Amino acid sequence: MTTAAGQASEIILRTRGVGKTFGKFVALNNISAEFSRGAITSIIGPNGAGKSTYFNLLCGAFRPTKGSVEFEGRDVTGLPQHRFAHMGIAKSFQITSVFPQLTTRENIRVGLQALVSRYDIWRPRARLTELVERADELLALVGLWESRERAAKTLAHGEQRALEIGMALASQPRLLLLDEPTAGMSPEETRTMMDLILKLAKERTVILVEHKMKLVLGISDRILVLHHGELLAEGTPQEVRQNEAVKRVYLGQREH
Amino acid sequence: MTETTQSIKQPRATTGGWYEFATRHRASIVAAVILIFPLVMPFTALAVNILIYGLYALGFNLVFGYLGLLSFGHAALFGTGAYLCGIAIVHFGWPWYAAIAAGLAGGLLMALLIGVLAIRTRGIYFAMVTMALSQCVYYLFYQAVDLTGGENGLRGINVRTIDLFGLRIDFINPMIRYYVIAAFVIAAFFVMSRILASPFGAVIEAVRENEMRARASGYDVTLTRLLTFVLSGGFCGLAGALQALHLSIVPIEILHYETSGLVVMIALLGGMGTFFGPMVGAAVFLVLENIVSVWTVHWQLIVGAIFIACVLFFPAGIWGTLIARGKR
Repeated sequence: MTTAAGQASEIILRTRGVGKTFGKFVALNNISAEFSRGAITSIIGPNGAGKSTYFNLLCGAFRPTKGSVEFEGRDVTGLPQHRFAHMGIAKSFQITSVFPQLTTRENIRVGLQALVSRYDIWRPRARLTELVERADELLALVGLWESRERAAKTLAHGEQRALEIGMALASQPRLLLLDEPTAGMSPEETRTMMDLILKLAKERTVILVEHKMKLVLGISDRILVLHHGELLAEGTPQEVRQNEAVKRVYLGQREH
Repeated sequence: MTETTQSIKQPRATTGGWYEFATRHRASIVAAVILIFPLVMPFTALAVNILIYGLYALGFNLVFGYLGLLSFGHAALFGTGAYLCGIAIVHFGWPWYAAIAAGLAGGLLMALLIGVLAIRTRGIYFAMVTMALSQCVYYLFYQAVDLTGGENGLRGINVRTIDLFGLRIDFINPMIRYYVIAAFVIAAFFVMSRILASPFGAVIEAVRENEMRARASGYDVTLTRLLTFVLSGGFCGLAGALQALHLSIVPIEILHYETSGLVVMIALLGGMGTFFGPMVGAAVFLVLENIVSVWTVHWQLIVGAIFIACVLFFPAGIWGTLIARGKR
């Protein structure tokens, strides 16, 4: 159930009173939380709880309207999104997001290239052979080696999700942020994905946004529960499961 | 996990043999075609026009086909190149090669100016903003009568002979003129081939394919777009400079939005996002214009109809359709 939770005392990511408003709508209000290095932390909550907004603040897609985000002790609030990959934070999208016309391998190779070469307009990229080798390793890790020459748009939904994880891993992140990685997956694909997440969490910190609470109870070290843009509860899976407030807004309604 | 090195040259999905070959040797193929081209053309001036508009479309296609942004202001880049080349010769008496360099630099600089202002917009807004800015450039050059000749155009760009390492070459001779211009165009195609095969070329396509994903992967999308636009400006500026030398005059119409629209048509006709498409499109368009305008003054009607038919039946363009057939 725990993954490398031994050194869980060190904080890799912290938010201090972050909030996000869209016009007059308060999507997220004053959330302070800490995420331990090496752990799997899940962020759950019913629809409209602010999970995705919170996720987008953590990965730099949104700039918080108040509060701050700290990664490895450094204030990263409001840095442009592309800087996050270079700092060691990678994310996967809730709605599958790949480079559709490029091959599966090229998708990952482009991801890898971001760390090595971004503005070189002259040397042939065919010469960056180590990127292809690393891409092939990642393809094998996420189980897409067989599909390496296919255009990404021809992959099945579950395969595209796996490809996305592979692309997130390409930037060698110390922190991996996954937004509903099993959304729209069959039970079988979901199981494969959960196994993959457990495998990945052995070497890096994982933060997971998930709608289906059952899925994360088994694999998380800690769980944050959001409700109406507020932090409702926080704790180990057992603590969260027994929390009365959580039961009321979440468990009672949807899952028995 | 053994076969690791291949397939990277061709990032798109599976391909046929001849296409693979054509891609690997694309710059050489263009060079060979350009070298024998005037021999099969009815007259050389048309061949020169095709070269220049092919180069213009090549630069445009980098932004349109590879980056995925429709610019409606490329006339400003083409025209600035032509004017700066002409001004350098007429007003400053620069040698021909320095004037060409001035045109190229003018294209880069104008692209930087327009790019900085327009690059954050998308889709139709980008098309509108670039068009509006290029109209500003039109009026700027229109008003600067002392330098540009205003509505009469810039006249007197007379380059009769050019010096090449002490060799005096007769630039009036159409064949020689063709090959001098061809040398620049071939070099430009070679450079374009390098850019497309470079790591940055992969970034350009990644940004076109999925902007959010590219950003999450660690690419600065705005800067990538701007840099691509500026590179495109270099090619178009060079094309404009060659046009000025070829025509010996820069008409103010070169900055008109029709010149922007023309290159969109050429790129669509040939096949956007393909290496040979711009040249094929320029050749088909200009040859068609030439043939049809001989027997009717309403040539635009007929060429327009053919263009519409092409867009309807070959949406991938002439070359794009050939590639798709070849891959089967």
